[in-house]
Amino acid sequence: MKKHALASAVVFLLLGAAAYGALFVAPTEKTMGTIQRIFYLHVSSAWTGLTAFFICFLANLLYVWRREPRWDWLAVSAAEVGLVFTTVVLVTGPIWAHPVWGIWWTWDARLTSTFVLWLVYISYLLLRTLVEEPDRRALFSALFGIFAFIDVPLVFGSIRWWRTQHPQPVVMGGSGSGLEPTMWYVLLFSWGAMLSLMALLVRARFEFEAVRGETELVRREAEGA
Amino acid sequence: MSLFSNTAVLLGKELRTEFRSRELLTTTVVFILVVVVLFSFTFDASSAESRRFAASLLWLAFLFAASLMLQPCFLREQSNDTLSALRLSVKDPFAIFAAKLSANTLFLLLTELLMLPVFSVLFNVPVFPVFGQLVVVLFLGSLGVSIAGTALSAISAQARMRELLLPLLLLPLLTPVLVASTRVTLALLDAEPYMEWKGIGFLIVFDVVFLTALWLFGEYLLEE
Repeated sequence: MKKHALASAVVFLLLGAAAYGALFVAPTEKTMGTIQRIFYLHVSSAWTGLTAFFICFLANLLYVWRREPRWDWLAVSAAEVGLVFTTVVLVTGPIWAHPVWGIWWTWDARLTSTFVLWLVYISYLLLRTLVEEPDRRALFSALFGIFAFIDVPLVFGSIRWWRTQHPQPVVMGGSGSGLEPTMWYVLLFSWGAMLSLMALLVRARFEFEAVRGETELVRREAEGA
Repeated sequence: MSLFSNTAVLLGKELRTEFRSRELLTTTVVFILVVVVLFSFTFDASSAESRRFAASLLWLAFLFAASLMLQPCFLREQSNDTLSALRLSVKDPFAIFAAKLSANTLFLLLTELLMLPVFSVLFNVPVFPVFGQLVVVLFLGSLGVSIAGTALSAISAQARMRELLLPLLLLPLLTPVLVASTRVTLALLDAEPYMEWKGIGFLIVFDVVFLTALWLFGEYLLEE
């Protein structure tokens, strides 16, 4: 219990420092002004969400390979936490876009693929609620998770080629894009803080899922299923 | 070699089952017809408007129809537990998928080809000058839909609410197919038709990627 409290305290300190960095340390962007500071929350959440989905994908592969329940528990924890971060991205995106682009939403590659990703992982979690038997649920959701993750680059590619109407990516975009060094440091620090928050949440969710999984097993045995 | 011969035998079985009753084909054709007619009420089908929207409507109708048509693919093996028999009868379980997805591609393609002239008449878009090219897109698109759909229908058959679940799992994953095939079809229905090769290439990539994934993970989908 003490360890948990300590870890939580560290994560909250990191998040506080990241917020301070985004609001006071990073320079104000020339054309967009203060609103651009949402960038540090938006981009770091996006990267963290993707990291969580990648962990889910690895856990899915490991489950199919090893068939140990703990990989299933990790997969569902990572998927749920990833979904939360992706939701943050989908909410902060329009808040940023409206004053800057004059619209809430545009059917651009990254926006749209994030949205599709969000839908896919909601289906993933929904699928889990609709299969009764634990082993079967773990296996089928793992396989769906694998297919879904393979699909992500294809979704991104298709939309990027045919539907994009959006400025070049700022980070790792083509020539002419790029960030001022302080902005880079603040962004990377925010990402680190978000990753630590993700780790904390996934861990807590994992422990909960482990207890739930074992209770379910005992209950099913008691019922003679 | 046994993979091919097994697949051929199982494909024969899938086709016989369907052509005995023709239930699936009839229902799907009628479904697409209903959707297409409903679409035509929602906007003015003058030829300029149609050229812009026809491709999207066509593919949306096909996708919705496919998500319903793929439903019984594994479900009908459940009533008499014929899936275990199938599993025992082949050396490589991929043959079961290969047969089912070939049959599904064929059924989809058949309904699409039947609907194309109707669509052309209702929406005033000339499809016959580019018929050959359209068949290529329809084939590659339907193949992609069938590969992903066959895999996912094996999953949804095991769940509750499966009728709703399959479209929910399948449609978001088919975004790339929808985008690419619509783009190619749009170019073909243009006043000056042209072939969008990038789209064709993209569809081939999608088909190959999902076929490989199914080949790698298919056997786990058939586990008891």
